[in-house]
Amino acid sequence: MKKFLLTLFLIAFMLVMAHAGYSMTLNGAGATFPYPVYAQWAYKYEKLRGVKLNYQSIGSGGGIAQIKAKTVDFGASDAPMRAEELKKYNLFQFPMIMGGVVPVIHIKGVSNEQMKLCAKVLANIFLGKIRKWNDPAIRKLNPGLALPDREITVVHRADGSGTTWIFTNYLDKISKEWHKKVGTGKAVSWPTGVGGKGNEGVSAYVQKVNGAIGYVEFAYALQNGLTTVRLENRAGRFVAPTIRSFQSAAAHADWAHAPGFYMVLTDQPGPESWPITGASFILIYRVQTRPNRARAMLTFFDWAYRHGAGIAKKLGYVPMPEKIVKLVEEAWKENLKDTQGNPLWK
Amino acid sequence: MQPRLATYRKLTNALVVGLSGFSALIGLFFLGWILMVVILKGMAAFSPDFFLKLPTPPGVPGGGLANAIVGTLLITLLSVLLGVPLGILGGVYLSEFGEQSKIAAAVRFCSNVLMGTPSIIVGVFIYAIMVYPLGHFSGYAGAVSLAVIMLPVVVRTTEDMLRLVPNSLRESALALGAPRWKVTVQVVFRAAKSGLFTGVLLAIARVSGETAPLLFTALNSPYWMESLSKPTANLTVTIFNYAMSPYKDWQRQAWGASLLIMMGVLFVTLVGRFYLKGRKTP
Amino acid sequence: MGSAFVLPLLILGLFVALTGLSLPSIKRFGLHFIVSPAWNPVKHDFGALSSIYGTLVSTFIAMILAVPLSLAIALFQVELVPPVIGRVVGSAIELLAAIPSIIYGMWGLFVFAPFMADHVQPFLARIGGNLPLFKGPPMGIGMLTAGLILALMILPFITSVTSDVFRMVPAHLKESAYGMGSTTFEVARKITLRYGIDGVVGAGFLGLGRALGETMAVTFVIGNSHRISASLFTGANSIASTLANEFTEASDPLYLSSLVELGLILLILTVMVQILSQLWLRRMRRKTGKGM
Repeated sequence: MKKFLLTLFLIAFMLVMAHAGYSMTLNGAGATFPYPVYAQWAYKYEKLRGVKLNYQSIGSGGGIAQIKAKTVDFGASDAPMRAEELKKYNLFQFPMIMGGVVPVIHIKGVSNEQMKLCAKVLANIFLGKIRKWNDPAIRKLNPGLALPDREITVVHRADGSGTTWIFTNYLDKISKEWHKKVGTGKAVSWPTGVGGKGNEGVSAYVQKVNGAIGYVEFAYALQNGLTTVRLENRAGRFVAPTIRSFQSAAAHADWAHAPGFYMVLTDQPGPESWPITGASFILIYRVQTRPNRARAMLTFFDWAYRHGAGIAKKLGYVPMPEKIVKLVEEAWKENLKDTQGNPLWK
Repeated sequence: MQPRLATYRKLTNALVVGLSGFSALIGLFFLGWILMVVILKGMAAFSPDFFLKLPTPPGVPGGGLANAIVGTLLITLLSVLLGVPLGILGGVYLSEFGEQSKIAAAVRFCSNVLMGTPSIIVGVFIYAIMVYPLGHFSGYAGAVSLAVIMLPVVVRTTEDMLRLVPNSLRESALALGAPRWKVTVQVVFRAAKSGLFTGVLLAIARVSGETAPLLFTALNSPYWMESLSKPTANLTVTIFNYAMSPYKDWQRQAWGASLLIMMGVLFVTLVGRFYLKGRKTP
Repeated sequence: MGSAFVLPLLILGLFVALTGLSLPSIKRFGLHFIVSPAWNPVKHDFGALSSIYGTLVSTFIAMILAVPLSLAIALFQVELVPPVIGRVVGSAIELLAAIPSIIYGMWGLFVFAPFMADHVQPFLARIGGNLPLFKGPPMGIGMLTAGLILALMILPFITSVTSDVFRMVPAHLKESAYGMGSTTFEVARKITLRYGIDGVVGAGFLGLGRALGETMAVTFVIGNSHRISASLFTGANSIASTLANEFTEASDPLYLSSLVELGLILLILTVMVQILSQLWLRRMRRKTGKGM
């Protein structure tokens, strides 16, 4: 018995020592919205520079919670924090990537981008007021479609999520009833439906349930061949979710005058604009106790801005325009310090 | 006895016998169904890459779970190192020293309560006392939470196994003038050796499939671990993440990881059973 | 020998840590927390009722299915077939307990839930469509599926203890009954069950404790929504699944504290079940005059 335990102990010890060689791993956690692109960036960056980035997609709520608890090097969230709140926690926030949130459906016989929905109908479906796919309101928008007499299963997020924040922010803007009953949040009190964990969970449930409607980040719809819909935008046109329609919505944003880079991109004007567009943000501390790690982190983000656009576009995201990257990096110089007060980024 | 009554009784009997046989079949059917699904889907994921390579991000083909396999082994091993000695000592106390006292009764009760405590609560607890104060997720926190879950199992089996050692053995050793601790270590332990070993194996089987306590403690990672003081890759959290993902490639690997874990747990359980049966009660 | 006191310390630590972390929520909501059906992170209004409801209902479904089934299987392997076959069946059923819960979850989500959606739920809706129990779209995920999988998971525990109890029934009792011309069922009902009823109740408690706290398998299939609905087809949640989904993500102190308080409620529930089962065991021991 004793010998057995001793052997176990020795093996454990050796294994731990064997891997104790120094190499840097940066730990980040948060939004699931940008997870595919962060994961691929990290994969490529490690091959190029040998610096590892462990990004766990635990949800935007989690990203904010874990950076506040200081259990990670950076947090990520799709719901921007307000300037006052950033100040309170001594956090700094900047946008990393943009993308669209798209409603996805699963109805036998209805294919991609076939169904048209307007803001009011979408809100009423998620409020549980429209319960069947052959409801007159949906039929009126889609005269050519054969809609089944099937109950609608709403699939929403079960966890705290920036994707939910962007989606509910949109519904909040366009529906008074939504504003009164539900509101905007990373997790809200849903009037109807089932919850999936992460964009992944929602995708999986929508794929499995005939008659389902959910909302996911565009990349997840693209990767999984989920059925998306056309949405009526502010200009009254039905647009399909594409990188172009996201870019069109993003083009109207005035980042230079957004304190703390607080910016919401839903329901933007423009005939081409996709109405549910959003940015995903990185959260780090203004004062970094370990400047080497912080610099490595910023170097990674800089690399991603400058060389990551290809990967991002392939996955269905909108990279940050060069103008905004400059703005962000200027802000790094000004705001991010080590404990002595020296700037971390030059 | 009236003949009609007898027929009625016989019919009821046949019905009940049939129903209970059917119940057994239901149980076996589900066991077979689950095993078959996991084996078939899991085998499809097995390849040299699966065992030797690191995970790849979604959309990049290839990749495996080598780091998670090592991570699970290490976390489990460490939890054994923490939980088993403590558990055995606790069991020794209950069986050899405190047997009938009020304190022993209280300890035994606590052990039962802990055994019935949902593992996710243990995860929350370890998050509160280790992850949050130390400021990072770590393999150590994962191992501690598994050790807490394992502890009452080891205490219980140790106590049971030591109880099986006949008192005459203890008495003769004591009569020869051996001190109490020496009797325990050299006589009682030796007599109950294989029983203790079984207890340890069953405890390992109990924790190695646990997911809930690792979610908030060890977290996960796509890399080789540098040390257990960082977020550590492990099979069960990987299964949870991959299974919920929409990527076919990841789902396939989740099945592979499930098969691996299931084989491991079943193997350890069966070895434990075998030992228990092979052991001659002294 | 101080090591034994680690156990009471751990229990104490569990209660202290969980109570400490849930203080903000206890202060804010008081006892109202337990009866409030709200779960609204936007308005910072939390209540445990929907999670408690889901936990109890899924456990109830599991118990009413698993207890009779386990009894039947235990009778089958102890009384009805030759000991060799009985042991083989017993070992096989016990293997169900060795399968990790996350694998039940995988199987439940990918294999069992679609099966429920395509076959079982439409069937139930057809025969009992007017009952509120079987209303709603058959999507496979939800309370009923969670309860069924829980039943399967606690089955081996109850079966194993029950069959042990049945084996302890003195042979001479059974033989005298047979000698009087009783059928197998009559012996089982009047002798074995009556003799072993206490042990069976104890086994039930064991299963109950398991079902209350089971996390991963339930999280995969229960549907994760904070709603109280009479229908077993709709999504629900349990305390454990709520924790698994939301714990790392609660960004606001009150939210986190409410989650921990949920955990505390679950801990208290399981401890209560433990105490009841211990009391029962003690009663049984006094009655039969021997340990189990």
